[in-house]
Amino acid sequence: MKTKSTNTITVVSRRNFLGGVFSAGALVLGASVLPIKGQAATAGDATWQPNVYLGLEPDGRVIIIAHRSEMGTGIRTSLPMIVAEELEADWARVKIQQAIGDAKYGSQDTDGSESIRDFYDPMREAGATARMMLESAAASKWGVPASECQAKNHEVLHAKTGRKLSFGELVPLASKQPVPKKEQLKFKSPAEYRYIGKNVPITDLDDILAGHAVFGMDARMPGMVYASIEHPPVFGGKLKSYDDAEARKVRGVSKTLTIPPFKPPYGFQPLGGVAVIADNTWAAMQGRRKLKVDWDLGPNASLDSAAYKKTLQETARKACKVARNDGNVDAIFKTATKVHEAEYYVPHLAHASMEPPVAVAEFKNGKVEVWAPTQNPQAVQDTVAKAMGLKPADITCHVTLLGGGFGRKSKPDYCAEAAILSKQLGKPVKVVWTREDDIRFDFYHAVAAMYIKAATDEKGRPTAWLQRSVFPPIGSQDDVTAKYGTFELDMGWNDVPFDIPNFRAECGPADTQIRIGWMRSVANIPHAFAVQSFTDELAAAAGRDRVEYLLDLLGKPRKIDLRPPAERKGPDPYMLDIARMRRVIEIAAEQSGWAKKKAGNGRALGIAVHRSFLTYVATVVEVEVDNGKLRIPRVDIALDTGKVIHPDRVRAQLEGASVFGTSIALMGEITAANGRVQQSNFNTYPVARLNEAPVETHVHIVPSSAPPAGVGEPGVPTMSPAICNAIFAVTGKRIRDLPIKKQLA
Amino acid sequence: MIQITVNGSVKQYDGDPAMPVLWYLRDLLELTGAKFGCGMGLCGACTVHVEGKAMRSCVTNMSDVAGKRITTIEGLSPKGDHPLQKAWRAVNVPQCGYCQSGQIMQAASLLSQNPKPTDHDIDEAMQGNICRCGTYQRIRQAVKMAAGVKA
Repeated sequence: MKTKSTNTITVVSRRNFLGGVFSAGALVLGASVLPIKGQAATAGDATWQPNVYLGLEPDGRVIIIAHRSEMGTGIRTSLPMIVAEELEADWARVKIQQAIGDAKYGSQDTDGSESIRDFYDPMREAGATARMMLESAAASKWGVPASECQAKNHEVLHAKTGRKLSFGELVPLASKQPVPKKEQLKFKSPAEYRYIGKNVPITDLDDILAGHAVFGMDARMPGMVYASIEHPPVFGGKLKSYDDAEARKVRGVSKTLTIPPFKPPYGFQPLGGVAVIADNTWAAMQGRRKLKVDWDLGPNASLDSAAYKKTLQETARKACKVARNDGNVDAIFKTATKVHEAEYYVPHLAHASMEPPVAVAEFKNGKVEVWAPTQNPQAVQDTVAKAMGLKPADITCHVTLLGGGFGRKSKPDYCAEAAILSKQLGKPVKVVWTREDDIRFDFYHAVAAMYIKAATDEKGRPTAWLQRSVFPPIGSQDDVTAKYGTFELDMGWNDVPFDIPNFRAECGPADTQIRIGWMRSVANIPHAFAVQSFTDELAAAAGRDRVEYLLDLLGKPRKIDLRPPAERKGPDPYMLDIARMRRVIEIAAEQSGWAKKKAGNGRALGIAVHRSFLTYVATVVEVEVDNGKLRIPRVDIALDTGKVIHPDRVRAQLEGASVFGTSIALMGEITAANGRVQQSNFNTYPVARLNEAPVETHVHIVPSSAPPAGVGEPGVPTMSPAICNAIFAVTGKRIRDLPIKKQLA
Repeated sequence: MIQITVNGSVKQYDGDPAMPVLWYLRDLLELTGAKFGCGMGLCGACTVHVEGKAMRSCVTNMSDVAGKRITTIEGLSPKGDHPLQKAWRAVNVPQCGYCQSGQIMQAASLLSQNPKPTDHDIDEAMQGNICRCGTYQRIRQAVKMAAGVKA
């Protein structure tokens, strides 16, 4: 344990990341400090751990475990706020400690906009349990009923006598109190909240501003060496031979090593390749440039994006697998007089988080210690264990701050690379991906080709609607035979909530010759783009106002149970609620001045509405088009995400989604030729800059007492259709293929 | 042998003169505030000051800074209370935070040359610094707050 801690403390104490949480150095290691068993057990002057998320020290410090990864959402602040709230803790005396990967915390896969949704209740329970035990400890000390004792701001008070005891004083006694059962827990009323719904500065704010925050890129272990890896230029390629004579002449380079190729399905495995080892990052990168490598490019060297796009589009023009079928679409189409058709396309996209993949790992005595910016430390344990022939329990994964994630960092191939190299070298290794590695070897957001057809009545309202989506499924990462989407169809496709009696959704097959994966809002990106563009086309054809038309399409307020009939047991708090969807449209319209701002002078508004991750979002974008140049002066986003813990971070996520969505709409595109991805850095894969991003994004949060829903992703899907709808309103040009790029010229 | 001053202290460097300043700071001095983002001067995450002016340390070689004064985010203000850091705090700018030291160093260079920047000036000065989280509107707000110009 001693040796183990030496390594890690070098990282933490110097950086004030986890350091300072506990007085003694050895206490810094998450699992070793809080070997929490889910029960109040310890006594005396020890740390009291009422559950896995919480520790109280006799000196009054409260340690709250952040078990989800911080990639910019503020989750390292928001979840602990919930615990502190129910505990009645003083936030100034709360220390946040990042958890290592450990199944005892429940899922740590920080993905799917799920952290608050899934852990709101466990966090409240963690706090309330400890608060009630502190109250009963005080009651027993004073010999009064527990009902007369009330925790308030880090103390327990007895109002009748004016007596009070601090949390710290009560720790030894509290740990001996019976643990209240879940059904006995009493929660604070929202009126009593001191943190929930307020804007607490994020935990890492001061460290970030001073340059002291520890990201994966900043982690270090004593004796560490650096590696830069030349991956096969084509996905699935294999090393034939290589010559490292010139590479080894580079000052600082010590040697080269190889990493074996993956065995399909690719999962989260490393791609394989040649690693250059050096005593600093730059030397490793320089050495890598001098490698002469001969590759067997493998079967994917045939990938050509233009031909691939054509294949997907042709598939979408023919009947595909039926995913949802209401009424009889074909019968209506047979007799329809007015029919509209359109095709849409969204290309492959790269995540391009500001911090490229990076990891530090040390293999020692049959165990591995990893420091990494990962969205999923338990997947790091599994992936590294599999790559090394070890057990997940042999892998300790410390989670640093993430310099962005967006779904890429749920997949720990880069962590396995560091572990594999460390075993070969017998010392800690830091693997640093270049930006070129990041863009060329991503798990890309999947391309999608979509086709929609509708028959309309005399008012332009659809009487029948058919839509097809063709995209390679993310499931192919684990099953080489998978060709059809599964969960992707629940992302803005089968769940289209329009009040149309005849509706059919289909899904077509697609292969992939590059790695694909989930990216911020996943299949909602293409699906919202197609559906929300098509509704705009129908409204335009009918000469109707888009807001009025959308409300008409949604129909009367009602609740839709999206669960398959067999699973409809008991109430679903997350039923699709048309009233909530209508409301975000109305708010976005009102706040943006929809009714007053008529298109003209190269300026217009566009709207889109979408529900994803259980959150309702309506977005109005104002665009200016001048000589083929696009400017976005203002965006208004109304969202209903249920209960909100941290309003400022919700706003921040939506402001950020507005920019992320702008990048997708305007400029995001990954293409391949001869199997090689053609983009490599921010010059060829541009993302929105300050002068291209929306100037102002106004976020309007609908007050709600509904259960919390997702926040990190749902702001993204509406952006590209809203932008393109606004462009149509200004120019009359309909953009159906993303990115917009030069289509305005 | 190259002699430079980093955050006020004099350093000697006898390695490869072609090494970018970024890796010298990060790997040799263990000053990790300046970040690696692109390696080509395209994203600004590595921004430091050379003689008070913003420079992309990922494309600035050690030989280019011989005898010069370098300031990193760690040296911008000993207490982290530079007017820009205060404004960044007041506006809660960072999301993931990775690019923010580069953003602040770029903005500090702007304000030292142009204490009352217009929106256009801010566009020009800050467009080289990418924030993938999309904190741009708060960056703009914080720069204006620090400069004392109307938001």
